[in-house]
Amino acid sequence: MRHKIHSSLDSAVADIRDGARIMFGGFGGAGFPNNLIQALSLKGTKEITAISNNCGTRDGELGLLFKNRQIAHVIASFPGPHSTYFQEQFVEKKVTLELVPQGILCERMRAAAAGLQGFYTTVGVGTEIATGKEERVIEGKRCILEMPIHADYALIKAEKADELGNLTYRLAARNFNPIMAMAATTTIVEVDEIVPVGSIKPEHVVTPAIFVHRIVQAKGVRYAG
Amino acid sequence: MPDKPRLTREQIAQRAAQELPDGAYVNLGWGIPNLIADHLPKNVEVYFHSENGILGMGRRAKPGEEDYDLVDAMKVPVTLMPGASFFHQADAHLMTRGGHLDVAVLGGFQVSEKGDLANWKVPGAKGSGGIGGAMDIAAGAKKLIVCMEHTTKEGAPKIVRQCTYPLTGLACVDTIVTDLAVIDVKPEGLMLREVAPGWSIEELQKLTGAPLMSLGRAPEMKFL
Repeated sequence: MRHKIHSSLDSAVADIRDGARIMFGGFGGAGFPNNLIQALSLKGTKEITAISNNCGTRDGELGLLFKNRQIAHVIASFPGPHSTYFQEQFVEKKVTLELVPQGILCERMRAAAAGLQGFYTTVGVGTEIATGKEERVIEGKRCILEMPIHADYALIKAEKADELGNLTYRLAARNFNPIMAMAATTTIVEVDEIVPVGSIKPEHVVTPAIFVHRIVQAKGVRYAG
Repeated sequence: MPDKPRLTREQIAQRAAQELPDGAYVNLGWGIPNLIADHLPKNVEVYFHSENGILGMGRRAKPGEEDYDLVDAMKVPVTLMPGASFFHQADAHLMTRGGHLDVAVLGGFQVSEKGDLANWKVPGAKGSGGIGGAMDIAAGAKKLIVCMEHTTKEGAPKIVRQCTYPLTGLACVDTIVTDLAVIDVKPEGLMLREVAPGWSIEELQKLTGAPLMSLGRAPEMKFL
């Protein structure tokens, strides 16, 4: 059996080097890997390319990494009006942004996960996000070419993992997490609870263990470094 | 003329709610569309989709009932209807983009006479702007309704020949519900279907930046 369980948040992120491309799960306050983000903040990895739906809520979520100026480039769909540190650094040109429609962000990650070298879509045709993208007509519709988004790591949040790394999610905290788990080279998950193999019914598994590389139990861990 | 009463945001939502057929799968965007859920006509049951992975979303959570793992696209805690389901964000947008939603209702800054929509960024605004799910929804909903005020705060038309704000999608809007009118976007142009009580077609045309067609007298908007 592969040993995927890490005893600490620090050891789970210990090898994340400067310049890493990292996906961060979460939407609307739900399903963010907030403990892993704190561990990454303490580790101090710099020049990160962050791939996430948004850019934090003040000090919360990714806000902490922007506050520490650890992120150099962002691929996001909705940075958000309350992403205070990101917005400041964006205006100062200290951080660059690629804005991507939300569903296309998902599909570009899924293309990376699926070994597909891109796809054509009608989404964004004629808008500023089509700038510089190849355009062609398919089935009579104008389409643009979208490329896969790869990442070195995905930092995600799930409710339960078994010791193999099969995951379940709570309510709408699922959001981007299963997609990022599939897309990244190394997926690190923080969970509320690690349960014995066999205690999650096979038909209830949402993310199969093959996509999960490191597991750390984080509920109740009041991260202090 | 500008002093004449216009519909409130609640009334715009109430009128737009009448466009939802019984049994429809519906996505509501930010702003006025978000008020529609409170104004569904009796005997109409629709299923609300949220782009963070919920189908069968119910009303907003009451104080004490909030669960922050169960939020809508505006981060507001919500409840579930019986028969609801969860799925990941890619499937949520597969539903928006892939033509599975019956109706989507979005807010708007501008709509052109061809049905182009601009609703995600104000030109010259500070900061990054954000697209969210708007472009996927605009591209894929079977029917797209835009709810907005008919003119800007300064009185400029928001229905125009060509959008000057950054675009969300081309030729995607089917119906516009404003505080003054209901307008359908047809291949031949903008067809005025209804006007707000007390307003004439001529008055409306003066506040609209593109020609309006009508089949004789456009009836007054009704509120069930």
